[in-house]
Amino acid sequence: MGNHSDGSPNHSGTVATAGQNEVEKFQDPGIPPHRLRLADTDPKAAKRAERQVAVLFGSSVVGTVIFLVAYFAIDLGPDSTIATIRLQNALLGIGTAFAMLGIGTGIVHWAKALMPDHEVSEERHAIRTEDDRQAAVRIVDDIVEETGIKRRPLIRNTLLGAVALAPLPALAIFGDLGPRPDDKLAHTMWAPQEGKLKRLTRDPDGTPIKASDVTIGSAFHVIPEGLNELHEGKLNEKAKAVVLLMRLNPESLKPSAGREDWSYNGIVAYSKICTHVGCPVALYEQQTHHLLCPCHQSTFDLTQECKVIFGPASRPLPQLPIAVDAEGYLVATSDFKEPVGPSYWERDEHERNINS
Amino acid sequence: MSATSTANAPAFVAKTKGGRITDFVDQRVGGSGILREFGRKVFPDHWSFMFGEVALYSFVILLLSGTFLTFFFDPSMAETHYDGSYTPLKNVEMSVAYSSSLDISFDVRGGLFMRQVHHWAALLFVASVSVHMLRVFFTGAFRKPRELNWVVGGVLLILSMAAGFTGYSLPDDLLSGNGLRIIDGVIKSIPVIGTYISFFLFGGEFPGTVIISRLYMLHILLVPALILLMIVIHLFMVVVHKHTQYPGPGRNDGNVVGYPLGPVYAAKAGGFFFIVFGVVALMAAFFTINPIWNYGPYDPSPVSAGTQPDWYIGWVDGALRLMPGVIGDFHFEYVIFGQVLTLNVLLPALVPAGLVFTVLFMYPWIERWITKDDREHHVLDRPRNAPTRTAIGMAGFTFYCVMWAAASSDLIATHFHVALNDVTYWLRALFFIGPVIAFIVTKRVALALQRKDREIALHGRETGRIVRLPHGEFIEVHAPLDDYKRYKLVGFESPVPLPAVPNEHGVVTRKEKRRAALSRFFFEDRVAPASPAELEAAHGHHGQHEVESAEAQKTLSH
Repeated sequence: MGNHSDGSPNHSGTVATAGQNEVEKFQDPGIPPHRLRLADTDPKAAKRAERQVAVLFGSSVVGTVIFLVAYFAIDLGPDSTIATIRLQNALLGIGTAFAMLGIGTGIVHWAKALMPDHEVSEERHAIRTEDDRQAAVRIVDDIVEETGIKRRPLIRNTLLGAVALAPLPALAIFGDLGPRPDDKLAHTMWAPQEGKLKRLTRDPDGTPIKASDVTIGSAFHVIPEGLNELHEGKLNEKAKAVVLLMRLNPESLKPSAGREDWSYNGIVAYSKICTHVGCPVALYEQQTHHLLCPCHQSTFDLTQECKVIFGPASRPLPQLPIAVDAEGYLVATSDFKEPVGPSYWERDEHERNINS
Repeated sequence: MSATSTANAPAFVAKTKGGRITDFVDQRVGGSGILREFGRKVFPDHWSFMFGEVALYSFVILLLSGTFLTFFFDPSMAETHYDGSYTPLKNVEMSVAYSSSLDISFDVRGGLFMRQVHHWAALLFVASVSVHMLRVFFTGAFRKPRELNWVVGGVLLILSMAAGFTGYSLPDDLLSGNGLRIIDGVIKSIPVIGTYISFFLFGGEFPGTVIISRLYMLHILLVPALILLMIVIHLFMVVVHKHTQYPGPGRNDGNVVGYPLGPVYAAKAGGFFFIVFGVVALMAAFFTINPIWNYGPYDPSPVSAGTQPDWYIGWVDGALRLMPGVIGDFHFEYVIFGQVLTLNVLLPALVPAGLVFTVLFMYPWIERWITKDDREHHVLDRPRNAPTRTAIGMAGFTFYCVMWAAASSDLIATHFHVALNDVTYWLRALFFIGPVIAFIVTKRVALALQRKDREIALHGRETGRIVRLPHGEFIEVHAPLDDYKRYKLVGFESPVPLPAVPNEHGVVTRKEKRRAALSRFFFEDRVAPASPAELEAAHGHHGQHEVESAEAQKTLSH
């Protein structure tokens, strides 16, 4: 029923009645008449609301007491357990919640039920009068005119130049926030020291790993020998040097030219630092030989030298060349042949330096 | 109220105690002017005006709880061995910052509660700022004269995320450390200066030994000071502009209808602070947030699966996840003139956020340019009455939400037992088509709602009462609206497209043509408000039914 001509499908719902703008509008009927609340007409209801507000305020007092009791009566002594802390936390929270909600709901109830609820209308005034604004515009123009900055471009341009350069010292003074990067990102602890090859050791206890410990399908989280003994910059070194060690069926590895001797009996070591933004690539899928970064799900295929097969990383994980020393322990025959971790502007330069 | 009083000139004497205090204060500091201006200032009331209040109040809670935490927190990254009462971490090597965070949680009475209050209030702060921004956008409250306040709001949104992130990193636990690692990776992808910025920020290589204390300074001094400054500017402008109001009978651009500040509005708003505080306290009591003791100290080697950033960083993290590093044989990281351009990180980190904030900051001026509307607006638009704007907003919101969902792609995969890769592929597709779908659907829904409003304004509301007329026809009785309700449905503007007009040289510039095209895009689909003439016509069509039902209404509503 009703007149559907305005919404007919022929007009796709749009109304294009002629003379749209001339059509008179509905008159504003003004603020609707005020309706009395129960508490306005019935003294009993008002009294009831009053009592309700008082009860709410009273519950706030109860909350405060709960808080104080929980704070002083529960002891976080040496023999307290997690359960004690949890209990205290819950009671402190309940106490605060009651204390606050009691006051809050009480005041709001008071305002809504008992305070005058007449809507009133107030005139808005222009933020500034037209006269003021014109005067202000004139003043600004006069000021600009009197400086003569438009007529004297030499002054304006030298000032602009000076102002543009003046903040440079403010930038320069932050130069000592950190050292120059140089090629620090290009080297890790795996580089042999004084001709001695670094052993691969377990993370975090630092015990060396024998090749015979690494069974097919197993994976080791590896740190370089000597990392735990560092006194300074331990985390910095660890953030670059952590490695994942896995053993696959040697046939499933297809080493590219130059990498034939980087593995031992199917044991391979790859940097654990994601080439995307540097999270540890900590998840190893035994069946598919995929490595997955839990931060952004970059997936690397171990059988293709950790080529990226999914996700936001763009570059394979760097491989650490390994061998076995005389005692049967796994060692790194050199540092990584490329910088590890996320890419940076100078990375390619560093890689070329490493390999030259 | 005169300030001088001598024995023979009888001074004004206030009769009540409150009055005497007011008099006392005024004679000393002259506060009567402010009180006269604000004491009875009218504020419009609507539930959606609450979000800004929630933001303000959660900021106050953040200041209170944060001050408490600073008394116990030590932002040092020096190595120590844990010696507190949480036995699983006994003697574990960790930073002093992490150790003191554990002490706050386990050895300071109420410390855990304060940490939880602080963290929940922080999440609520960013959330309420965001929802408040959405409210302002969808109701058109950013229009003249409030454009600058919209910009201040946008700055506050960015600052609130900065405050959140710098605080999130402070406990130096495994989760926040990995968050910093990601930030470091993103910074390193910046061309030319990225490596330097990273080294300067971390005082050397990641993670270094200074980042926590530097973030601490930003978190407790610089960022909150800026937020406070912005809040002052924001509220000052609210006072200058007076609050906007929803359309309705008696409300127009020349007035402000609502409750006087004292006592009703002040009581409601003031009471609401305690309610916000109470709700945050309840959450802190029962919902664990950021249990740093489960994560352990930061160590570059381990990471747990299924970790999530705080919600407000999710969209940027999600964008990082969505970006493919390799498409076919094309690597997004490529070497140009011997230097590395890491587009697989740079693009998702900068482009979506840059796009969202650029459009957000410029939108008031974009719309003003298209509509050539230079009038002041104090009456809000109902979102349905600005279909194109609402659709643009929903498109942006969808864009944000797709990225946000992508930050949980692994959890979506494990919870719904679907392949992670498929989730990512779908979200990649939605990243592009989601906003388009949202735009179309929203615009159609808005127009449909407008049409429904027209129906109701002209023909009244369906009562569900079926009546059989003497000649056998069945009709449903429609109850007409009263003038007030009808005005709410018809009292809006429905602009028409503005065709291109020549400038003073009689030339239609290319810019003007573009503006006209955008104006057509904005307003060509439109539903005009019902007019009195149409109502007249509708009444002529089936007038007596409505009279009948109006009488029935009267008997029902005594």
